[in-house]
Amino acid sequence: MSSNQAVRFLREPRWSPYLVGALLGVLSWITFATMNSALGTSTTMVRAAGGVERLVAPEHVQSEPYFVKYLGTAAEPKPMFEWQFALVIFMAIGAFIAARLSGPIKGEYVPELWRQRFGNSVPARMLWAFVGGIILIIGARMAGGCTSGHGLSGGMQLSTSGWIFLGAMFASGVPTAFLLYSKLNRESKGGAS
Amino acid sequence: MNAWFADPTTLLLGALAGLVFGFLLFKGGVTSFNVIVNQFRLTDFTVLKVMLTAIIVGGLGIYGMRAIGMDIAMHVKGTELLGNTLGGLIFGVGMVLLGYCPGTAVAAIGSGSRHAIVGVLGMLVGAGIYAEMYPWVNEHILGVGSIGKVTIPEQIGISPFALLIPLAVLAAFLMPQLAGGRSTTAA
Repeated sequence: MSSNQAVRFLREPRWSPYLVGALLGVLSWITFATMNSALGTSTTMVRAAGGVERLVAPEHVQSEPYFVKYLGTAAEPKPMFEWQFALVIFMAIGAFIAARLSGPIKGEYVPELWRQRFGNSVPARMLWAFVGGIILIIGARMAGGCTSGHGLSGGMQLSTSGWIFLGAMFASGVPTAFLLYSKLNRESKGGAS
Repeated sequence: MNAWFADPTTLLLGALAGLVFGFLLFKGGVTSFNVIVNQFRLTDFTVLKVMLTAIIVGGLGIYGMRAIGMDIAMHVKGTELLGNTLGGLIFGVGMVLLGYCPGTAVAAIGSGSRHAIVGVLGMLVGAGIYAEMYPWVNEHILGVGSIGKVTIPEQIGISPFALLIPLAVLAAFLMPQLAGGRSTTAA
């Protein structure tokens, strides 16, 4: 591959999902073999929330066993910025670089599919994104992980918990999507017939 | 021990892995709200293709490296039948509302999604709420059906390759039949 072809490839907006999947698999070999870690994201949300709360109400964070589990006690603290925290912050930077390489980045306030179904309102979209985020992380922490920790890392280790999580996520996600977007389905089907 | 920062090497390695992880999520198209919601509407199977390929390639490599004698630790999470199931069900609803999972939301912030920023703020609030709920959840939900850090091949007493290889063959036939991939417009 010439350097020109390589640059053109890096600038493509989308790669094959099989190539991306395979490379995510290889990335996991590397994190397992050289960093003794598995890809994951949602624990960082707990550390970040606990870290912020610790700044304003340190005694309260001390009294929550869930925060103590991840951040330790005053006598024996555990670092908030650890391997996964660095991973999560740099995920945003990695995606920024990937997006920037393929063109100018446009801020998205209301995604196209949402606009078609629920209209242009930015506050409405933001409200449901916020509510979605709350629900999502409560589910992730109750399950013990999210799409990356349970889905990818758990899935590839064939862990029982990971596959239960994946099944449950689709079992509720598919009916939720059909309920929320059924009107759109009818309209597009109506238009075609 | 420091209450804020792990050692610089750990942070540097995490940063490198994160850079690649985020880069790949964007190139795979899964930092797009439309792609993720359409997976759950069963009209675009990009998410499934990316995840299943990662699971097969990752699994063959990790179990393969262990099979040739490399000293690689597993990172299996505990199975709690009720917690994994109920948590996963709640997660699926949140993922469709937000249009991202935690990892893709963070990556989508980098590629310009403003509503993903609000989604991540919701996650931080949600983590605070869960910490308050935890003593109750721990007592009533997490212990139910807790069977430890088990894997499916261990439980049914077969080699992991006896699952990974048929899964790979099945995926290779099935995935190309499903819509989704590069042709879908990225946001």
